[in-house]
Amino acid sequence: MSRLLLFALLLSGLAPAATADSQLSGYLAGEWRGFLQSPLDDVQHGDNSSLSMQVEYYRDWEDGKQSFIFTPFLRIDGHDQQRSHFDIRELNWTTVGDDWELTVGVGKVFWGVTESQHLVDIINQTDLIESTDGEEKLGQPLVRLGLVRDWGSLDLFILPGFRERTFPSRNARLRSAVPVDVSNSEYEDSRGRDHIDAAIRWFNTFGDWDVGLSHFSGTSREPDFRAALDGAGRAVLIPVYKTIDQTGLDVQATKGDWLWKLELISRSGQGDRFTAATGGFEYTLYGIFESSADLGLIAEYLYDDRGDAASTPFADDLFLGARLAMNDEASSELLAGTIVDLQNQSRVFSIEASRRFGDNWKLNLEGRFFSNIDENDALASFRNDDFLQLELAWYF
Amino acid sequence: MRLVNIFLLLILPGLLFAETPEQKGLAIAVEVDRRDTGFGDLKANLTMLLKNRHGEESTRHIRLRTLEVEGDGDKSISIFDRPRDVKGTAFLSFTHKTGTDDQWLYLPALKRVKRIASRNKSGSFMGSEFAYEDITSQEVEKYTYKYLRNEACGELECIVTERYPEDKNSGYTRQVAYYDTQEYRPQKIVYYDRKNTLLKTLTYKSYRQYIDKYWRADEMFMKNHQTGKTTLLTWKDYKFRNGFTSRDFDRNSLKRAR
Repeated sequence: MSRLLLFALLLSGLAPAATADSQLSGYLAGEWRGFLQSPLDDVQHGDNSSLSMQVEYYRDWEDGKQSFIFTPFLRIDGHDQQRSHFDIRELNWTTVGDDWELTVGVGKVFWGVTESQHLVDIINQTDLIESTDGEEKLGQPLVRLGLVRDWGSLDLFILPGFRERTFPSRNARLRSAVPVDVSNSEYEDSRGRDHIDAAIRWFNTFGDWDVGLSHFSGTSREPDFRAALDGAGRAVLIPVYKTIDQTGLDVQATKGDWLWKLELISRSGQGDRFTAATGGFEYTLYGIFESSADLGLIAEYLYDDRGDAASTPFADDLFLGARLAMNDEASSELLAGTIVDLQNQSRVFSIEASRRFGDNWKLNLEGRFFSNIDENDALASFRNDDFLQLELAWYF
Repeated sequence: MRLVNIFLLLILPGLLFAETPEQKGLAIAVEVDRRDTGFGDLKANLTMLLKNRHGEESTRHIRLRTLEVEGDGDKSISIFDRPRDVKGTAFLSFTHKTGTDDQWLYLPALKRVKRIASRNKSGSFMGSEFAYEDITSQEVEKYTYKYLRNEACGELECIVTERYPEDKNSGYTRQVAYYDTQEYRPQKIVYYDRKNTLLKTLTYKSYRQYIDKYWRADEMFMKNHQTGKTTLLTWKDYKFRNGFTSRDFDRNSLKRAR
């Protein structure tokens, strides 16, 4: 990984200063999270505040044919030592030819179409302590060669250097009943985190249809767990990273006001081969109540053929959501949703709202509420962790 | 023989000019389009100044690239620089002469490209008084037309035509468009909402000619008569013929757009 970084840094130095175009931007944010119940475990903290910062330095030259990006991220958390962390989200150099592009360094890649979960997306590790929804990702060392042809785009990846998933500390909320010990992770492959992973993805657009087909071979981003005792004799979970093969399909059909979406994966190497899928629609009503506001209605079914043995809490679940976009000067938005487990009726409600103040400030409100959680459900350890979170961010 | 000739002389001019107002309206639209055909590609910087009834202002900075596509609508990429929280967001659109357009949105925080529904013609663009259908490429086929009259507009003379959107998802019943007789440049467009009530007026200011042929206004001012809100678009740094290809307008380039 360090060699890759060095390479990217060296290349950035090649930019001829006179013709280069550079941009510096980012944000500084203060977050406050209030919990509505007392924790299940006395060592877990109460309300929490933290600060985060992300800076992006971008520079391109040769008419944008070559570019360099560096995006460091830092969080300082009031209680959770694990959540106080630094990460290089991006540090890479990209060069673009007529029908190819090459990226070398640390990067971030997103695959997929659905809203409730992202099954197909596998290049980057989830930065789980950042956000429980799994949308925040750690920077991944990569070499990406993209080929653009008449039959679609083909991306080839070599992924040297594995990133371990982040987990909350023992004293933090929104953690498993038995905390995860991230300092003693185990790997199925003897090369451990030095195993070099590879991935390939083809995608194309056929009229109203956007289709992606992908395959990943390497260390699973999602660990299994082994129960153990830590140095102090306390029960912990040790992450065990298996070597897997995963094939993924993502399809979206855009038909008028309807978006039809499907993500499907088949994975081997982590227990028996299994299949998981997310599918559904997003339907948008424009200019509701004679206003300029749009209302999007989302329904997705989440399936995993491992059932209760699934490594995610969503094996036979239904997601229902509504997204309200005011289309006003402040870009006010509201997303409310619920995921219901169709087997045991456990429910998670979530709400996300945001609006801008002036040109540089943004206020984000987020809430998660765990309701009627079955004691055997994968979310059981979160049942006393309903929270409301306010974040005020200043962008520059 | 002579009689026939005289007869022809009498009716020919009549036949030539017996254009219905609809035919004349269409002919004007075709001429407006013809005069703007062949520009190839362009890029420009756009500032949007939004003002509400109370005079409160906010601004957006957008960079725009457009590729002319022969036989179909244009391809374009818009890159947002401000407000800061949406910096890096980019919007790719393939307009089509008929049928719905193709649109993709790039969300930089997640590095996600999202295909979006494009039927939303009448929705506000970035909270401004411009609807998507006001800013996407104005293909002849998107309307039917009717010539109304000629009248003075400022120091110029204008052809006034009415146009009726073909798309049933349009936010308008009709638009009254003013083109100057010299260069067939739009000078003013008056929009009527679905109830046929006066909605907004767009005025073009300070035209400039680029590469000796194509006219672009430095300023476009939209006033919403129903809400009192206004949006001023200021265009800068127009550059034509950059050598863009369709490769500069695909999902890969959307992710790299800066």
